[in-house]
Amino acid sequence: MSHDQPYLPPLLQLIVVMSALAGAAGYLVLMIRTNRVKRLKHWPAWRLFFCLSGIVSAMLVFAGPLAEAAHHDFRLHMAGHLLLGMLAPLLIALSAPVTLVLRALPVRAAKRVTRVLRHPVAGFYRNPVTASVLNIGGLWLLYATPLFQLMHEHLWLYLLIHIHVFAAGYLFTISMIYIDPAPHPYSHLFRTIVFIIALAAHGILSKYIYAKPFPGFSADEVREGAMIMYYGGDLVDLIIIILLFHSWYRTTSPGRRPATDSIA
Amino acid sequence: MSTDQRYSHRKKNLWAGILFGLGFVAFIDETIFHQLLHWHKFYDKSTTSIGLISDGLFHAFSWFATVGGLYLVADLMRRGAFWHKMFWGGKLLGGGGFQLYDGTIQHKLMRIHQIRYDVNILPYDLIWNGTAIIMIIAGLLLVRSARKESMRLNGGAPLVS
Repeated sequence: MSHDQPYLPPLLQLIVVMSALAGAAGYLVLMIRTNRVKRLKHWPAWRLFFCLSGIVSAMLVFAGPLAEAAHHDFRLHMAGHLLLGMLAPLLIALSAPVTLVLRALPVRAAKRVTRVLRHPVAGFYRNPVTASVLNIGGLWLLYATPLFQLMHEHLWLYLLIHIHVFAAGYLFTISMIYIDPAPHPYSHLFRTIVFIIALAAHGILSKYIYAKPFPGFSADEVREGAMIMYYGGDLVDLIIIILLFHSWYRTTSPGRRPATDSIA
Repeated sequence: MSTDQRYSHRKKNLWAGILFGLGFVAFIDETIFHQLLHWHKFYDKSTTSIGLISDGLFHAFSWFATVGGLYLVADLMRRGAFWHKMFWGGKLLGGGGFQLYDGTIQHKLMRIHQIRYDVNILPYDLIWNGTAIIMIIAGLLLVRSARKESMRLNGGAPLVS
């Protein structure tokens, strides 16, 4: 790839790293503080582990050697997108950040947060269809239009797209598996159907990229990148599928009333 | 194992088999023919766009079918309702059905890719689709035999589907 294109200047990299560290520190502080309260259940350390690995996965894409190399190598660019848009969102979703914040807040403030989560607008975004369109539709926009080229020419666009990739990936993950409170739950069947279509659209896009020339990158690199997207996406989504079906399996347990998780 | 549990869950046993069989064949296809032998191509440019969509949907569905089929088995086990014969019938049916669809419609009609390149493809296609048809027939026979068994358990009355 030609070298006149900007990648994140050191100052921005520093800001990203600082906010990631602040997020991690915040999680740690809330965890330690709420674990001191006797009436609350113990917050497991493995959730902290998920949170930290998620933050590190996302950070690698913005700062450090991978971030820089990804500007010249389509395979690394794709690997970075898997980290930012799929793995990091899944790991952070598994760390249940909203639940942690809710149990750390005083009752009144927690109620206010819950009210925001219950708001129809939040419900709209957490609808699996909306989340899938934002997530996979966004990727189609990025790779099937000149947006990919433009992104490498304008820094603000680069930042905006990368924030979108993470946010949409997170939204997609929490629209499929309910780790944190889900005030507008959808049935397992509905989530499964939308998920199949979303995963198919992801796979189809990978094959579309495989056959499409990207100026500045060699065809071999693009093909390998497309395959990283295809198989890497399968792998992370397989984990989400197992988690989704596991919760389905638990709610249909014989001798158990239908859980609130499902409104089928 | 409770026979009436098996009987009342006969359809779930069948579907667990169909889903798992489909997912299993798709998985074998992916690991052996794509990854190990490198016979299949990830994408050969003769693919029609409907072929791309069909391949994408089936590929995605096969993951859900594998995991979902196994969770259905776990569900049948915890209810003491797992029925090997019905499950195997479904498995052969689902696996063979997908293999036949893949070998005829997807490979030939939609041209997503061929089984192997730079060889005389005919014997490959015959073996591929022949195996699929044998699996379907064996699956149908097993399901029929299981249905007869369940009719006998039901006191000879016809099945209410």
